[in-house]
Amino acid sequence: MIDVAPSHHKVHLIARHAEATIWLARYMERIENMARILDVTNTFARDADDTRNWLSIPRINGDLTEFYKKHTEATQRSVGEFYLLDQSNGTSVQSFIAAGRENARTLRALISTEMWLQINVFYARIRALTADTITPDHFTTVCAMLKDGAQAHTGITEGTLYRDQAWHFYMIGRYLERADQTTRLLDTRFHSLAPQSDAVDADLDAGQWNALLRAAAGYHAYRREHPNGYNAQEVACFMLVDTAFPRSVGLNLTQVGRHLTQLRRRYFLRMSPAMERLDQLSATLTEGNVSELAGRKLSPFLDYVQREIGSLHEDIVATFSH
Amino acid sequence: MQAGGAFQSQSQGQSQLQPHGTMQGYDPQLFFCEMLRPGQPQHPTLTLLMSRLAALPIESLRRRAQDAERDLLERGITFTVYSDATAIDRILPFDLIPRVITPAEWHQIETGVIQRVRALNMFLRDIYHERKILADKIVPAELVLKNAGYCQAMVGFNVPFNTYVHVCGTDIVRDETGAFRVLEDNARTPSGVAYVVENRHMSLRVMSDLMTSLRVRGVDEYGLRLHNAMAEIAPTGVDDPQVVVLSPGIFNSAYFEHVFLAREMGVPLVEGRDLTVEQGKVWMRTTSGLAQVHTIYRRIGDDFLDPDAFNPDSMLGVRGLIEAWRHGTVAIANAVGTGVADDKAIYAYMPRIIKYYLSEEPILQNVETRICAEPDALAYTLDHLHELVVKPVAESGGYGLLIGPHATKAELADFRALLRADPSNYISQPTLKLSVSPTLCADGVKPRHVDLRPFAVTGKDTWVLPGGLTRVALRPGSLVVNSSQGGGSKDTWVLA
Repeated sequence: MIDVAPSHHKVHLIARHAEATIWLARYMERIENMARILDVTNTFARDADDTRNWLSIPRINGDLTEFYKKHTEATQRSVGEFYLLDQSNGTSVQSFIAAGRENARTLRALISTEMWLQINVFYARIRALTADTITPDHFTTVCAMLKDGAQAHTGITEGTLYRDQAWHFYMIGRYLERADQTTRLLDTRFHSLAPQSDAVDADLDAGQWNALLRAAAGYHAYRREHPNGYNAQEVACFMLVDTAFPRSVGLNLTQVGRHLTQLRRRYFLRMSPAMERLDQLSATLTEGNVSELAGRKLSPFLDYVQREIGSLHEDIVATFSH
Repeated sequence: MQAGGAFQSQSQGQSQLQPHGTMQGYDPQLFFCEMLRPGQPQHPTLTLLMSRLAALPIESLRRRAQDAERDLLERGITFTVYSDATAIDRILPFDLIPRVITPAEWHQIETGVIQRVRALNMFLRDIYHERKILADKIVPAELVLKNAGYCQAMVGFNVPFNTYVHVCGTDIVRDETGAFRVLEDNARTPSGVAYVVENRHMSLRVMSDLMTSLRVRGVDEYGLRLHNAMAEIAPTGVDDPQVVVLSPGIFNSAYFEHVFLAREMGVPLVEGRDLTVEQGKVWMRTTSGLAQVHTIYRRIGDDFLDPDAFNPDSMLGVRGLIEAWRHGTVAIANAVGTGVADDKAIYAYMPRIIKYYLSEEPILQNVETRICAEPDALAYTLDHLHELVVKPVAESGGYGLLIGPHATKAELADFRALLRADPSNYISQPTLKLSVSPTLCADGVKPRHVDLRPFAVTGKDTWVLPGGLTRVALRPGSLVVNSSQGGGSKDTWVLA
């Protein structure tokens, strides 16, 4: 990236707005991730154990307790309601878009009018979802609508948001969220696929690996890179380390690092604690390390990565919270 | 005064415009119509506009109106009404038929508003310093000094250029003769300017064919002018002053306008929690630490500005702000304590205030106003209640007022009791036959009553945005144009 000299007139960014920018990106990214996982579960995970597949979604999000307070069984209908319609569930797309829009409203003087307009329209569309719009014959259409809306947001942001400080914070939010979501996705699958037996026989569960990779939009790329089939080490490395894969933790953390560097160089923000943490975390995301852990200790490692991503967010916010 | 000389010779003797096409059957009756303008010289642009409008099929108008409504909602040009758990976004209904002001009319409005703003500022300067106007008994001293809007903290305090009212919204109506009359001065934090600009953008989107080649004055300069005024009043010696817009936050019903103002001025939109006072200066909390703020365009009321100086329970304000202001390290617009000048009781004295300070006749007349605190006025008001409009002096937004001719006997009796119990809380005015403007209604294009709020920006000098917010009472026969009471708005075209 080229360092552009700051203009003569100093443009300040209100600290509260910087934080809202990170959250805006994170919530919009969550909508896309939720739509992906619901869609893939609905389409590609129709094997014998339907309940286990649907249950994996509340598990990813740490929602099992909340889910069972409201539903007795994990089915397309109950999980769909919980994540697509339930406004009282903080991890539903309803809550994500409401929170995303509140942050966008806070930032309305900063973000482009096109960004605001699209979020506003997207909000109305999500708010209009009802039980009869998420029946099996519509389920995929609703997921596609959610993905389209989130991706339109991403595209409009790419094409219209002025690339000053706020943009860097926005991008940090997006990449932190993507990294986080990928660890969660991987975690549930490794929970359900890998740990039970010592011999992780990927072939037995090709459909599951398949679904996992599709949820992360990595299926076709993975096939090209690994045409011989699935194994736990390779999938783990693909999703954690491969910097060509848009949703890999490694790539997203690299991007976070770039934007932290830009914030320090262009705007002289003190980003040292976050950058030190990021360096330490990135050092663990090597092929050798991940392959070694993929057998039996991946889950605790993923927990560690998730915690560190959370701490990174806090480190960044702490630099301007006085 | 209001009929421009240039147009008089050009159009005198021509027949009046006749409604036809889509306008067929449009009948303003005895009210002055802003488009037909009976008894006024014709303006060629209005004639052209009317024929274009008449040629538009009503279905086309309705389709455009639907597009406009959806557009406003999608763009979030809304005010938000919060209740319990839900947040409902409401639009200010937009009527797509513009209200047109001729150059001659605008000249009167512009000069009249500038005159009024000058007088208001001189009045405020006086009552917070020498109080000459009170000593000369032009305005009763107790009316000013005991007024809820009179601010003790302002006594003896000097503001740059003696400007207190940096942004003024003057509510103007037109009577049945076509004469403009001022209904009230909004000298605290007048709102609505965002709609002036957004309505223009809407017109350009949905009525571009109507506007083609007409010379309508632009409204896009507002943000720049406002920013320049805010920079002018900043503490002296600051090269590149930092201006901010201070808002109560996203839950405020006027939040959209606050966003608009910050965006148009290109300055941060802050809340009280983003600001802090240290070492006698005001700072904002930024990503790189504290940055000094030099001018605050505040959109929160006096009472909430500073818990140290005013309401101690205020969560919206900035502790120590008034102290910093008094030390001259920051400018606040509008100044604190302007509420006394836009009080409905003071309004009655405005013609005398103008003459007292400027030795000029008012360019814009008041509506004839009686102050019920005075015994004669009270007696007259009680006797003529059924034909008067009676307003509480402290209220705004069209609440608590009585429109005599529209009230039932029981309502009149109830109001009479209220009036007797607290006469000094009320003023009365004759019922105005407000002018009308063609408006798209369920049953076609119909006359609806309108008013006008031009916006004046004052730093060193006063500039008036060519246009203003035209509010329209959408209910048939209604005289109340407030958005909270079923009012909408129109784009306002000042012809060049």
